[in-house]
Amino acid sequence: MAYPYTHEKEVRLLSRGWGDPATRTLAGWQAMGGYEGLRAALELGREKVIDEVKASGLRGRGGAGFPTGVKWSFMPKEKKGVHYLCCNADESEPGTFKDRELLRWTPHQVIEGCLIAAYAMQAEHAYIYCRGEFFEANQVIARAVEEAYEAGLAGENILGSGVSIDVTVHQGAGAYICGEETALMNSLEGRRGLPRVKPPFPAAAGLFRRPTTINNVETLCAVPHIVKNGGAWYRQWGSEKSPGTKIFCVSGHVVRPGNYELPLGFPLESLIHDVCGGFREGRRLKAVIPGGSSVPILSAAECVDCALDYEGVVEKGSMLGCASVIVMDDSTNIVKQVRRMVDFYAHESCGQCTPCREGTTWLSRILVRIESGRGTEEDLQTLLDLGRQMTGTTICVLSDSAAAPVASSIEKFRDDYLALIRRGEAVGAN
Amino acid sequence: MENSPTTTVTLTIDGREVTVPKGTTLLQAAQTIGIEVPHYCYHPGLTAPAQCRLCLVEVEGAPKLAASCVTEAGEGQVVRTQSEPATEMRRGVLEFYLANHPLDCPICDQSGECKLQDYVHAEGREHGRSREPKRVFGRDDFGGDVLFYGDRCVMCTRCVRFMNEKAQDPRLTVVERGNRSIIDTFFAEGVEGSPYSGNIVDICPVGALVSKDFLHKARAWDLDHTPSICPNCSQGCNIDLHTRDNLIQRMKPRDNPEVNEHWICDYGRARYEWPNRPDRIEAPFVRQGDGQVAASWEDALEALDARLSAAQGPVRAVASPFAANEDLAGLAILVDALGGGEIVFRSSRAEAEIPLPGFETLARRRDLVPNRKGAELFGMTRVGGDDATGGIEALENHEGTVIVLGDDLAEFGASFGAHAGLYVYLGSHAPSASTSASFVLPITTFAEQEGTFTNHVGRVQRFWPALRAPELARPAWAILGRLAGGLRGGAGPSAPDEAFLHAAEIVPEFEGLTYDVIGAGGAATREPAALPGS
Repeated sequence: MAYPYTHEKEVRLLSRGWGDPATRTLAGWQAMGGYEGLRAALELGREKVIDEVKASGLRGRGGAGFPTGVKWSFMPKEKKGVHYLCCNADESEPGTFKDRELLRWTPHQVIEGCLIAAYAMQAEHAYIYCRGEFFEANQVIARAVEEAYEAGLAGENILGSGVSIDVTVHQGAGAYICGEETALMNSLEGRRGLPRVKPPFPAAAGLFRRPTTINNVETLCAVPHIVKNGGAWYRQWGSEKSPGTKIFCVSGHVVRPGNYELPLGFPLESLIHDVCGGFREGRRLKAVIPGGSSVPILSAAECVDCALDYEGVVEKGSMLGCASVIVMDDSTNIVKQVRRMVDFYAHESCGQCTPCREGTTWLSRILVRIESGRGTEEDLQTLLDLGRQMTGTTICVLSDSAAAPVASSIEKFRDDYLALIRRGEAVGAN
Repeated sequence: MENSPTTTVTLTIDGREVTVPKGTTLLQAAQTIGIEVPHYCYHPGLTAPAQCRLCLVEVEGAPKLAASCVTEAGEGQVVRTQSEPATEMRRGVLEFYLANHPLDCPICDQSGECKLQDYVHAEGREHGRSREPKRVFGRDDFGGDVLFYGDRCVMCTRCVRFMNEKAQDPRLTVVERGNRSIIDTFFAEGVEGSPYSGNIVDICPVGALVSKDFLHKARAWDLDHTPSICPNCSQGCNIDLHTRDNLIQRMKPRDNPEVNEHWICDYGRARYEWPNRPDRIEAPFVRQGDGQVAASWEDALEALDARLSAAQGPVRAVASPFAANEDLAGLAILVDALGGGEIVFRSSRAEAEIPLPGFETLARRRDLVPNRKGAELFGMTRVGGDDATGGIEALENHEGTVIVLGDDLAEFGASFGAHAGLYVYLGSHAPSASTSASFVLPITTFAEQEGTFTNHVGRVQRFWPALRAPELARPAWAILGRLAGGLRGGAGPSAPDEAFLHAAEIVPEFEGLTYDVIGAGGAATREPAALPGS
């Protein structure tokens, strides 16, 4: 079975083997060179593994883009008790569907990444926190963990090295917020999935109040390749500050939406027009959300010459996030789409911080009113004010994320709002 | 005073330099110089989740506003609580609080002592901007004395944390998430039977948790607050009596880290009404023939002076452990002046203590009286059973002098003391066992006079008059002191602090204590010095 869409411009490093049921098995994965990274890591030693990851310039793929090697080096060098690694497989950002594919097609790649990371940070236990709704992925990864244990790749005395690392798959219960690293830890501990106040940071007091590092699935999947081939090798793709490949999740009004693994820095327009086959007949670009629903919207003009790496997207006024490119053509009703996103955040707000608990719902209600033609021009100012009041005032950034598309859409598509407010006419049907 | 740089930090808050111990939060540091940063979720007795987001302040150089309740004060920090960014954001947070708040202040018990009112008046927007329909949760009976108005809740979770951390009886939780979050009970009985649950009403910063007993009883601004001591067990919890129309309306804990932190038990809290009992002894009564007739204090005391001087036979006295140290001292001195005699007291005792697991110093003690320890320090002996009866049968027909201070002699009838050479009854109410008394003298209750109790570990604590006593009632120390003075020559104490000094003269443990030393927070009695040669 071939994976739905591929393109010759892709660099299939992490996504190699997608669509091939054999890669789900230990034998199939090993036939592709699997677990060589783990062997290499055990030979290199902890320090050098971290050095290689630092040298590769790998940046966190969960959205923040923080250099992975640097994050790992925050863990205490001198071990005074248990360390933990958490693999964040609670992929829930609207528009993102890369981790699901990594989990269901290449589960051993995820496990190998976890083992190497856990080894490098002296963690004796790696938890894979998998989104609850990923039923198939949960089963596949759980089976793969069993296989790894049976083959002596996980558990006690891995590959005879004397290193012991347990791997546990934890199935989430359906909360977006549990993808936030501290909420994830609370959820793992059996508490309500509420983000924690930082400091203390997880590297000091994380899961069960022990030093913990949380990495995204895609980040960990890149690790075996980097350790096996070296940090410098990884830099052949991407840019100086954003090296490597990235899986872009493209959704929306393109002919061929899907996951595409491309070098970072890939031009946005080329992604839309070449890789994804452009728009439907007679349609043109209206807006793009380049990094999942939590980042500001780009207008069509801002998409020109936009390089898809961490710096390039920031230059255009948004963020690469987890590279979930939501493409909207000129049939899009921006107000409706923004309202739907805000509804999502209102539904997923954990409710502990007041600005988020009250603000997300309030934004949604105003947007519903505007959408149904009962808005006023003052509402736009209220939306912007509320967004400001919700930004930087809460424990986590869910609140900021809900405010971002509202503010950026009012700024860039004010006429769409005004058409609804003044004439009750929606611009675009979708 | 020089402070070691490793244990303190010096920072600037609103232009004022302040030095605090390391680990102090910005909110606490600000409090030390009288700057109150608005807050809901932070409570000094509980952990701080930093979720209400109301205590945001500006810290120079920080990218975002800091939640002052969890941000530790750092050396050289420059903090602004009143800068434009800080007040603007707090104004924003307050606006969010009001978006769904019912604004039912006119019918809300919390009105007048509500932190939402206070903060919005102080820093909120003049007008709310919400045009949307409000969320409605309605009302829920949480069991015990607690009623929950979900719509008023600010989701600070103080109540949940109190039950988890202090009562260690997790009966409350937050259910649902986001805008639908609400405090709820696990089971239908809610907090029913959880012996410290009344505290969640106190710590609720708004009118979400209210007392059923106090519901719609009085407006907060009509209540007078008087510092006092809970009289319902020997723990000696510091409280405030809230009064209106010369009645105690409710009892609230008063902070004292040495005794009860911020809490009181439901047992004590519920028993605030007995000082309101109206059928008081309204005047001194003096026996004439078969009856007792009202007399002026002057006439009564003159007659009593004469009787005491002529008193024959041994003195037997019953005191009440609800009496203040000053009153007990008065009795001890009078009995001594009469040539000495035995003083006993009776007190209720519960089967078990009821501790507060999260603050181990506090428990509802077995002794259900406030001053057992005090009575014992005056050499008085506890007699009778745990129901405060029995043990004084010998007094009923005692032929010498009988003095009763406060004990209601519940199991005795009108013939009590009928054979006594002199029977003096001092009390606030006249039980039938006072019928045979030669003198029935009206005294004040603890709620009507100034005085001290000695708690179960010997801590002496002051209380103040909260109610107006019946016109002719007098504190027992004044009456007893005057009578002892009559016997010995000289005047009795003229003020309670003086009465306490008389007590300190006869109880070595009270040495060095004065009202000034005791202050509002109480003072521990010292171990008596060993007598030379003993």
